[in-house]
Amino acid sequence: MYGNHDTTSVPVEAPAADDPTFDRDFMALIDDDGRVEPRDAMPDAYRRGLVRQIAQHAHSEIIGMQPEGSWIGRAPSLKRKAILMAKVQDEAGHGLYLYAAAETLGVDRADLLDRLHTGRQKYSSIFNYPTPTWADIGAIGWLVDGAAITNQVPITKCSYGPYARAMVRICKEESFHQRQGFEILHTLSHGSPQQHAMAQDAVDRWWWPSLMMFGPPDDDSPNSARSMRWGIKRFSNDELRQRFVDMTAPQSHALGLSLPDPELAFDALTGHWRYGEIDFTELFEVIKGNGPLNAQRMAHRTDAHERGDWVREAALGYAAKHARTEAVA
Amino acid sequence: MNTPGQGRAGDVAIYALGLGDDALVLAQRMGEWIASAPELEEDVALGNIGLDLLGQARALLTYAGSADGRTEDDLAYLRGADEFCNVLLVERPDDGDFAHCVARLLVFSAYQAELYARLASSGDETLSAVAAKAVKEVAYHRDHATQWALRLGDGTEESHRRMQAGLDAVWPYVDELFAADELEPGLPGVAVDPAELREPTVAYVSGVVGRATLAVPDVPAAPGGGRAGRHTDALVSMLAEMQGLARAMPGVTW
Repeated sequence: MYGNHDTTSVPVEAPAADDPTFDRDFMALIDDDGRVEPRDAMPDAYRRGLVRQIAQHAHSEIIGMQPEGSWIGRAPSLKRKAILMAKVQDEAGHGLYLYAAAETLGVDRADLLDRLHTGRQKYSSIFNYPTPTWADIGAIGWLVDGAAITNQVPITKCSYGPYARAMVRICKEESFHQRQGFEILHTLSHGSPQQHAMAQDAVDRWWWPSLMMFGPPDDDSPNSARSMRWGIKRFSNDELRQRFVDMTAPQSHALGLSLPDPELAFDALTGHWRYGEIDFTELFEVIKGNGPLNAQRMAHRTDAHERGDWVREAALGYAAKHARTEAVA
Repeated sequence: MNTPGQGRAGDVAIYALGLGDDALVLAQRMGEWIASAPELEEDVALGNIGLDLLGQARALLTYAGSADGRTEDDLAYLRGADEFCNVLLVERPDDGDFAHCVARLLVFSAYQAELYARLASSGDETLSAVAAKAVKEVAYHRDHATQWALRLGDGTEESHRRMQAGLDAVWPYVDELFAADELEPGLPGVAVDPAELREPTVAYVSGVVGRATLAVPDVPAAPGGGRAGRHTDALVSMLAEMQGLARAMPGVTW
């Protein structure tokens, strides 16, 4: 799962035809919808922009393990426990594919993790919200994974080959996760009154943050145009957000749950669902670090990493020692 | 203690319940590592092992419950600690210490590998089928624990010290794995005699410990009694977390 908003303030330099470093062949490849592969020449700005985006995506996967991981021990049936364990494990796997995709661009995972731990790279702000009830696991699957899929399916056609291919597999697993989330909510919604209330409460809390996963409105999204010119981003934030609302609004009826937006209505003229104004001040507060759990998520991550220092050192020490032994033998 | 049924069917059920509880409780411990492991690969690997154990637990609890009409969830969520029949080794917390986690997995997977290899030819068709599937899974768990025991034991000074401490912490609970089972003599050809598992299990673990430049701990055995429902506070705390929501809303579907 992953949000679309680019949270960094340093823009990738836009390629412009009057720029002397502008690479005509490269841009011709992009314009021709070709794929860039790791050994191909590419402009530095393209490489840097991709590293930043793929790393942020990878970081989001591993931080995203926390809000759901906290329910593995408490899942209310063994079947749900097994499904959740497999899901959180999938997210670790997504992190691995994505770090590997970033490594094809000449960076290494340890360095990217260091950038996450020192706050130089970000992760999706959606994971700074808490998961106080079991219904949150359903709402994350249905809404957060649903938004992530909407964002990610176009990336399967992005200009950088390894990123596009990693995303094909990730999207398949994410759509499975979304169905599981829907099913959790459906069961709760049609269960006891207490379970129904729990499901409605979770959806009420996750709806707006999910819409914010698509990032700021198009006229306030400075990096989007560059990303689109590079063939990394295919649709604008607002286009993707609309696609998500159009998919999700009818599903809420099937769930028997309402969405917390009195202005939400189907517009027969446009064929789209209209929705109310999004309060982005909240998103920007969370990005700045003032969300409910920013500090806790980072503390958990750095703590796990530091507690594992001696383990990683031991693995390196063992490998070095045995490489020597084998060389002697 | 449980009385899932009378006579032979009841005895088989209690036997299955003990093995199922072992797997369930260790699966719960493995789940604690997901999102907290030293490397991303370990989040995946420990999650995998936890999922395998949970799968074994579900098959065994479902079978145990079939003797008296209880479901896997009735057994997992609605029994108190004194009704659980797992060995104490699996309930001991590792406190986020990876060496402790590896030491426990090494001992337990070596034991399970021997157990399931024999149980696969049990005269009870269900136990035999569960064991035949599980024996392949457990071979991987044992290999994973072995590789880490070697790396930690023969890695750095610090990892050597920690791995030895991990072994020392789990060793008092090894004896209980092989304690005489009061049910087993009544289930010839169905259950496995735990005493039979001691020699091959200890030989395997000792072999790894030696290759890892570690020492087999010389520590007294802790009191056992897990199969009879005598547990440590660690299980009580674990169940409070695991069962909390299910018990707060009894009778609903999740």
